[in-house]
Amino acid sequence: MKLFWKTGEPYVLATGAALAVILVMSLTLVGVVMTNGLGYFWPAALVRFDLKDGSFALGQVMQQEKNPISGIRRFQVKVGNRDVFGQDFRWIDEKDIVSRSTPADAVLLERREHGNYFGFLKGVTAEGLSLSAASPYEQLQQARRLVADKLDDTGKIKKQMSDLNHTAERLRLKLQKLEYGGKEKSTSEIAELNAVRGKAMTEFTRLNEQATATQAEIGRITAQFSDVTGGGKDISLIEIVALQRPNSMTFFAKCGAYLERVRELLLDDPRESNTEGGLFPAIFGTVMMVLLMSVFSLPFGVIAAIYLREYARDGLMTRMVRIAVNNLAGVPSIVYGVFGLGFFVYGIGGSIDSLFFPERLPTPTFGTGGILWSSLTLALLTVPVVIVATEESLASIPKGIREGSLALGATRFQTLTKILLPMATPGIMTGLILSMARAAGEVAPLMIVGVVKLAPTLPFDANFPFFHMDRKFMHLGFHIYDVGFQSPNVEAAKPMVFVTTMLLLAIVVLASSTAIYLRNRMRSKYTTSTF
Amino acid sequence: MSKSQEQPILTVSNLNLHYGDAHALKNITLDMARHQVTAFIGPSGCGKSTLLRCFNRMNDLVESARIEGSIRFNGVEVNEPATDVISLRRRIGMVFQQSNPFPKSIYENIVYGLRIAGINDKATLDEAVERSLKSAAIWNEVKDRLNDSALGLSGGQAQRICIARAIAVNPEIILMDEPCSALDPISTLKIEELIEELKSKYTIVIVTHNMQQAARVSDVTAFFYLGELIEAGGTRKIFTNPEKKQTEDYITGRFG
Repeated sequence: MKLFWKTGEPYVLATGAALAVILVMSLTLVGVVMTNGLGYFWPAALVRFDLKDGSFALGQVMQQEKNPISGIRRFQVKVGNRDVFGQDFRWIDEKDIVSRSTPADAVLLERREHGNYFGFLKGVTAEGLSLSAASPYEQLQQARRLVADKLDDTGKIKKQMSDLNHTAERLRLKLQKLEYGGKEKSTSEIAELNAVRGKAMTEFTRLNEQATATQAEIGRITAQFSDVTGGGKDISLIEIVALQRPNSMTFFAKCGAYLERVRELLLDDPRESNTEGGLFPAIFGTVMMVLLMSVFSLPFGVIAAIYLREYARDGLMTRMVRIAVNNLAGVPSIVYGVFGLGFFVYGIGGSIDSLFFPERLPTPTFGTGGILWSSLTLALLTVPVVIVATEESLASIPKGIREGSLALGATRFQTLTKILLPMATPGIMTGLILSMARAAGEVAPLMIVGVVKLAPTLPFDANFPFFHMDRKFMHLGFHIYDVGFQSPNVEAAKPMVFVTTMLLLAIVVLASSTAIYLRNRMRSKYTTSTF
Repeated sequence: MSKSQEQPILTVSNLNLHYGDAHALKNITLDMARHQVTAFIGPSGCGKSTLLRCFNRMNDLVESARIEGSIRFNGVEVNEPATDVISLRRRIGMVFQQSNPFPKSIYENIVYGLRIAGINDKATLDEAVERSLKSAAIWNEVKDRLNDSALGLSGGQAQRICIARAIAVNPEIILMDEPCSALDPISTLKIEELIEELKSKYTIVIVTHNMQQAARVSDVTAFFYLGELIEAGGTRKIFTNPEKKQTEDYITGRFG
C-alpha cells in the first residue's frame, strides 16, 4: 500500500479525475442547453384531452412529472390562446383525463401577437380575392400567399418611406447647422433646403397613405377559427406568421417546418417582446461588437506588452504596472461598465457631440450608449488578457534568437518586427481567443453602455456612412437575461432562452475555432515540424 | 608569419568589467592578430565568454554590466558611446553556443543580415546565399531545400547555417562562443575544418572548453582564470611549454 502511494500513481489519477469532473460538468451544461434548445422548433403533436368534468383541452405536452407523495402523474400542457384563456400553460392531472386523441385537422397558428393559437379552421373570408382551392385549409394557404405578395409591396413602400425619412432628417440637421452658422448669408440656401425637405415630406405622406390603405385592405382578409371549447375567433391573415397542422404532417414535412424555424431564428427580427421570432439583430450585434472589440484590444494589448517586455527597464515601476494589469482582469465587469459610461459615453461622447453634432442637441449622438462605446469598454476589460498572453509568448522566445538577430547588426526594432512578433503570434492569438470568448459572453457592462432590448436599426446599413458607431445594438447575452428574466411570460420564453444560449455558445465556438485554426497554421510555420 | 606583424585587428588594454558587484574581467590586456584563430580557454565562469561579448558589445544587453578600459577594433575605440553598434556588429559577426536559426527558411536565415541592412536585390541575395553556404561547407547539403524551414536541420547543420549567416554580411571578425559544445564529434570535426578554411578570409576568436579543439584549430591561445588573463601566446608554446604553473595545471587536467 505504501508502495502504491510512492509510485505517484494516485496523483496522476487525481489530476485525471479533476479533468473528468470539469469535462462532465461542461458537457452536462452543453447537453442541457442543446436538448432544450434543439427540441424547441420541432412541431409537436396537438393533443386533445377530454376531461372528467366535461371540458376539453387542446395543446402540446411540454413535460410530465409524478407527485412524489400521491404518485399521481400530471402533464404540463401548452394550451396557447392566451387572449382567450388568459394563460399559455396549464397542468392536467392524469386522473382527470377521460381520453386523449390527436385530431388530424387541429391547426397551430403562430401569431404576431398573443402567442400561439391552437384550434380548428372553419373558413376564410377574403373580399376581393378569388380562391380556387376546395378545402378551407388550402384556401387559407392560398390566401396567405396572396397576402404575402401584397405585404411584399407594402414592405417596399415602407423601405422608400424609411429612406425619405432619413433624407428629411439629414436636411433638417443641415438646416439647423445653417441657422447656427448665421442666417444672413444662407437665407437662399435655407429656402432651397426647405423646399427639398417639403417635397420629401409630401412624398412621405403620400406613401404613408398608400401603405395604410393597403394595410387596411389586407386587414379585412380574415379566417375563422374555433378553439377546443367551441369559442370562435376571427383572425386577420396579417396576424398569422406560420400555419401548421402538426397532427397530419409527415416526418419530412416536420423536418421542413423545423428548418424553416431555424431560418427564421437566424435571419428574422424578434417578435412578441423577443420571446418569439428570430435573433438576427442580436447575432449581428454580438458579432460586430466582438470584432470591433478585437480591433481595439489587440493592437493596444500587443503594443503595451511589447513595451513592458522589450523596452521598459525592469524596476519597481514595471513590476507595479504588471501587477496592476494582472489585477485589472479581476475587477468586476460592472465597474468597467460604470467607467465606460462615465468616461466614454459622457466624457468623450459628450465632447464629440458638442464639438461635431451641436445641431442635434439635446438629442445625444455619441453622448449615449452605443456599439462603439460598448466595444471600447469591453476592449478595456479584455486588454489585460492580451497583454499577459503577449508578454508570456515574448518571454518564452529563447534569448539566443534575440542575440542572434542583434549580433547580425539588427536594431531592437528590426528584431522585434522581423523575428519576435512573428514568433509570438501564436501566443497572441491565444490571448485574442480568450478575450473574444470573454467579450462575447459579457453582459453586465453592456447594459449601461449601449445594449438595448430591441434596437430598431442595425449598426450597419445602406445609408451613409454605413457603420453607425453611435447606434445602440442588441446582444445575445443580454437577450438571454431579458427574455429569461424580464419577460412577462417566462414559461413561454423558456425555450427561447435555451435557443439563444445555444446560439451564443455556437458563435463563441465558431470564433475560437477559426482563431485556433489560424494559430495552428502559424505555429507549424514557426516551430520545428519536419526533421 | 608576416601577417601577425601587422597592426593587430583587436587590441584590448586594461579592460575591467563588473556585473553589479561581481568583478568579471580584471585588467585584461590582449592583442588579436588579423587572419589568425585565437582560442580562449579556461574553466567555467573565468570570463572568456564575457570578454568575447565585449568585442561586439553584446554586453550592452546586460543592464548591470559596467565596462572600463579600452577595446580598439582597427584602431577605433569600441566602447565609445559614439561608436555605431549596428555597423560594429555587422563587421564583427558572432556564432553562439546554442545554434539559433530563426524560424524562417534557410534562405531567409542567410540573407537576414543583408535584408536588415536594406539590401533586397534578388541577384545580390542569391549570390550571397550561395557564397556563404559554400564557405560554411553546407551548400551541398541544403542547396535543394533552401526554402524549407531552418528549424528542421540537425544540430551540426544548424550551427553551420548560423556560421553561414554570420559570413553572409562579410564581417572582418567572427566570434565563436563554444560553437561545438552542443554537437556530436562528427559535426564538431566539420566545424573545425571549416574554421581552418575560414581563417584565410576572416579573423576568428573562439571560446572553447575543449583543449584538444583549441590545440587543433588555433594559432594563438589565451588562458583565463577567475576573470584574469593568466597567459597568452602561440598555441604550440602554451600547450607544450607554458610559462605559468596555473596554465600547465589546467591543460594537463590537474585542476578544474
